[in-house]
Amino acid sequence: MKIKKILSLSYCLSGHPTLPCNVLKFKSTTIMLDCGLDMTSTLNFLPLPLVQSPRLSSLPGWSLKDGNAFLDKELKECSGHVFVDSVPEFCLPETELIDLSTVDVILISNYHCMMALPYITEHTGFTGTVYATEPTVQIGRLLMEELVNFIERVPKAQSASLWKNKDVQRLLPSPLKDAVEVSTWRRCYTMQEVNSALSKIQLVGYSQKIELFGAVQVTPLSSGYALGSSNWIIQSHYEKVSYVSGSSLLTTHPQPMDQASLKNSDVLVLTGLTQIPTANPDGMVGEFCSNLALTVRNGGNVLVPCYPSGVIYDLLECLYQYIDSAGLSSVPLYFISPVANSSLEFSQIFAEWLCHNKQSKVYLPEPPFPHAELIQTNKLKHYPSIHGDFSNDFRQPCVVFTGHPSLRFGDVVHFMELWGKSSLNTVIFTEPDFSYLEALAPYQPLAMKCIYCPIDTRLNFIQVSKLLKEVQPLHVVCPEQYTQPPPAQPHRTDLAIDCQPPATSYRRAEVLTLPFKRRYEKIEIMPETVMM
Amino acid sequence: MPEIRVTPLGAGQDVGRSCILVSIAGKNVMLDCGMHMGFSDDRRFPDFSYITQSGRLTDFLDCVIISHFHLDHCGALPYFSEMVGYDGPIYMTHPTQAICPILLEDYRKIAVDKKGEANFFTSQMIKDCMKKVVAVHLHQTVQVDDELEIKAYYAGHVLGAAMFQIKVGSESVVYTGDYNMTPDRHLGAAWIDKCRPNLLITESTYATTIRDSKRCRERDFLKKVHETVERGGKVLIPVFALGRAQELCILLETFWERMNLKVPIYFSTGLTEKANHYYKLFITWTNQKIRKTFVQRNMFEFKHIKAFDRAFADNPGPMVVFATPGMLHAGQSLQIFRKWAGNEKNMVIMPGYCVQGTVGHKILSGQRKLEMEGRQVLEVKMQVEYMSFSAHADAKGIMQLVGQAEPESVLLVHGEAKKMEFLKQKIEQEFRVNCYMPANGETVVLPTSPSIPGGISLGLLKREMAQGLLPEAKRPRLLHGTLIMKDSNFRLVSSEQALKELGLAEHQLRFTCRVHLHDTRKEQETAMRVYSHLKSVLKDHCVQHLPDGSVTVESILIQAAAPSEDPATKVLLVSWTYQDEELGSYLTSLLKKGLPQAPS
Repeated sequence: MKIKKILSLSYCLSGHPTLPCNVLKFKSTTIMLDCGLDMTSTLNFLPLPLVQSPRLSSLPGWSLKDGNAFLDKELKECSGHVFVDSVPEFCLPETELIDLSTVDVILISNYHCMMALPYITEHTGFTGTVYATEPTVQIGRLLMEELVNFIERVPKAQSASLWKNKDVQRLLPSPLKDAVEVSTWRRCYTMQEVNSALSKIQLVGYSQKIELFGAVQVTPLSSGYALGSSNWIIQSHYEKVSYVSGSSLLTTHPQPMDQASLKNSDVLVLTGLTQIPTANPDGMVGEFCSNLALTVRNGGNVLVPCYPSGVIYDLLECLYQYIDSAGLSSVPLYFISPVANSSLEFSQIFAEWLCHNKQSKVYLPEPPFPHAELIQTNKLKHYPSIHGDFSNDFRQPCVVFTGHPSLRFGDVVHFMELWGKSSLNTVIFTEPDFSYLEALAPYQPLAMKCIYCPIDTRLNFIQVSKLLKEVQPLHVVCPEQYTQPPPAQPHRTDLAIDCQPPATSYRRAEVLTLPFKRRYEKIEIMPETVMM
Repeated sequence: MPEIRVTPLGAGQDVGRSCILVSIAGKNVMLDCGMHMGFSDDRRFPDFSYITQSGRLTDFLDCVIISHFHLDHCGALPYFSEMVGYDGPIYMTHPTQAICPILLEDYRKIAVDKKGEANFFTSQMIKDCMKKVVAVHLHQTVQVDDELEIKAYYAGHVLGAAMFQIKVGSESVVYTGDYNMTPDRHLGAAWIDKCRPNLLITESTYATTIRDSKRCRERDFLKKVHETVERGGKVLIPVFALGRAQELCILLETFWERMNLKVPIYFSTGLTEKANHYYKLFITWTNQKIRKTFVQRNMFEFKHIKAFDRAFADNPGPMVVFATPGMLHAGQSLQIFRKWAGNEKNMVIMPGYCVQGTVGHKILSGQRKLEMEGRQVLEVKMQVEYMSFSAHADAKGIMQLVGQAEPESVLLVHGEAKKMEFLKQKIEQEFRVNCYMPANGETVVLPTSPSIPGGISLGLLKREMAQGLLPEAKRPRLLHGTLIMKDSNFRLVSSEQALKELGLAEHQLRFTCRVHLHDTRKEQETAMRVYSHLKSVLKDHCVQHLPDGSVTVESILIQAAAPSEDPATKVLLVSWTYQDEELGSYLTSLLKKGLPQAPS
């Protein structure tokens, strides 16, 4: 029998492997997989200080080699790097490759992968439904709220655009010169847009089968990476696509990953692997604790730039166990974020989405995370911002958890300015999304110590190989970054996906044809026919 | 014929001891495993020996499902699993799994320690029983085995209450457990999608009641409580530790705050604080408003409501006391009731349904002289008020749910026979579906006609499509293919593929027939005449004249021969395959009529 290949297309709208945005055309439905927002673009901008910073405001304007200074209002120079002095902007997923108003549904895999949602649902004519789990929506809302708050509370008059002109951009120094698609970069959305976007989400639970127009069934599966994080199965009666995004096999707080349900896939789309394949998360946590202890013992302060949810829960849990044994129980831990309180409260009510150990605590009934006890005993204090109560309570030395990890906005900017001049203090980078050297560039020269302990619990290449052997998909599709070793370590062939047949790779703005071999269609047989 | 069989072992034309046996497509499921509050002998538990005469329950039952933590739905579970013996899976939601063992332990303590019953389940048995529990999420499709799947829907009623869909292939049953179709102060309303089950098994506690608006009832309640404490009376509100208690606490708490009242409110038993803690941790199961505001203010942290001490009951002056259990059948609520019953200034408010045989039921039916143990007679002078706060759907709500789910038939349980009868008629009239209300031990059999899913090979389908018009949804069309049944899978494929797959050689069945014609001309010319005749008659078919002189119509082959003995007669040899039988026999009869005269 002749096997016919039918067209099933995948449009790749994001070039960032951990902040994916793909559109799948499958069985006459158009499904967007994730809606990631690339925020690394903000590294090209000057930080937004909460308190007027004489240093930042007196940076010299940048001029061309020939002395032409027409850009000196927009571009500033700091320790040999050039930054845009403007409201920070984000790099959106591709919006021209496919008419986004034709998207029927958007499937969200975790709260980090939905940050571009308002841009898509509010400005493209999108009329469909978004599916996500309850923790994903709640925590995603907190992340968006924090972002909007960080940017809106320091209004900046200037919105630079001259530098974006193609003829001008050519003349700029790296990395500005090489920044992609700068004309499509956008300012942050408003809270109104966030609320409207989130109102389009329909809540789903793990292993819930959702019918789309009777043609396709989609199911979220636990992915083990974050509270409510999911992988998705997209299937018709005889074809199955697995969408794996941000999964983890480590035992942290979320429910373990459901691997068995990924079996027998025709196509497995693989995104969201660890960004730091060479670092072991457990080792990093150990280093985090010892560096923290060392600094505090010497009378210095520790700054931890972080997101308001996720790894911070695990870090607080580690510190809960660690500070007493290290004799640090009197050192205050501060968590500063407009959503700090909400994040800590929300973490305690999602028992059903937690790992078994934490779940059984709720049955006692006790709060699943020990930060409840840290708060009760006054060891951990949380504040919406550095203004208000915090300034009265503030004691040094201390440990401060605050955002944003890009160091471009949020309360962290204030602490960088405040503590940067003393070598007693330490900033510890735990979030893997931003290059720490680039994040630090506008603060140079810096006296404070910088420790890089990226904690990324997502799958590494060894785990991926094992997973693929286990679930045996017929084809693997992944971002091109995963098919070759990292550019900085070309000899590390182990840092790439190894599978048979070789994975099909994609890059931003590419359209792929997915290789399905369709052989059967579903029918229903009347019982009379069979009983004859 | 395939069928669905339903037998209530409890809750058939009765409230209490919910336990319903369902057989669907060869799978046996037990829904709930409750105890009866009105009995303290053997009748308090369902008769499990009915399930299977021989053999173990584990072999017979595929799974047990518990809808919520009320004891009339889960009270017999440790007895069933540990003393009768069942090791299969027991499904319930997370909050139910958390709270159920606490209530079971409470129940055990009252039965064994207070009433001194022997041969009751032990604490260890409760623990062992809970180890067999598998927790389910709302809307999660749980695959019990390859064929049987279950899915939970939000039911309101109490924290963690769920309705369950039980599905095998295209056959399904929905069991509501207890549910509430209107949101209350702490829980949301039950909801189900249009899942069109073969059967909906619904509770019918308030089958004939259509309750007035909740607001009126709440105002009424607050007014009564307020008036009583104003004139210095004491108010007793018997409740179960979890559920209504929290709703009424929220109600009184906000009222006290608004009116700035100082009269003490107490809540008996140490369970309460723990109970409130469960509500805080499972806040995602409460209603929208509480979920939205919990970060700013957790509704389950009460300022005005304090823990009760036994000695407080004798304190002078007004007070409000919430005490367990809810039907005044034992425990602290009964003790306080006995103390306060003699004073007409006091009031007892029964906020929920009371099972027959309990003190609660007696005083609600107007009895004012109660015989207590030791032949004491207790005269009830205090005011007795009944307020339906129990979160069951009323008649309107039940009809609403039937409309939502669109079942093919309905079965009523968990209600009184007389009231059921009324509701049954109403459902049959309004939805034109059969409605059943079996008594305990009575079996309802429902024939079903499930469709059988199979696959059709795309090649066969495309070939059929290529043959002509697109398929019309409402017209049957004949399609030739081979049905392969393998590993209980059905596949419809072309016969060529079937032969290849099964490694069989193809056999052809051909019919042959001789037709004698009077024709003096040569064979070739006869064939030519046959050809032009058929060509003019069979306009829709492909008629061909081959170089070797034979004529074909589709697969039918016609050759002309001249028998040597008679030159005036020609013989036509007609041969066709079995598949073209219709055309072949038509052709033969056509040829037998002879050929038209050749045009001269």
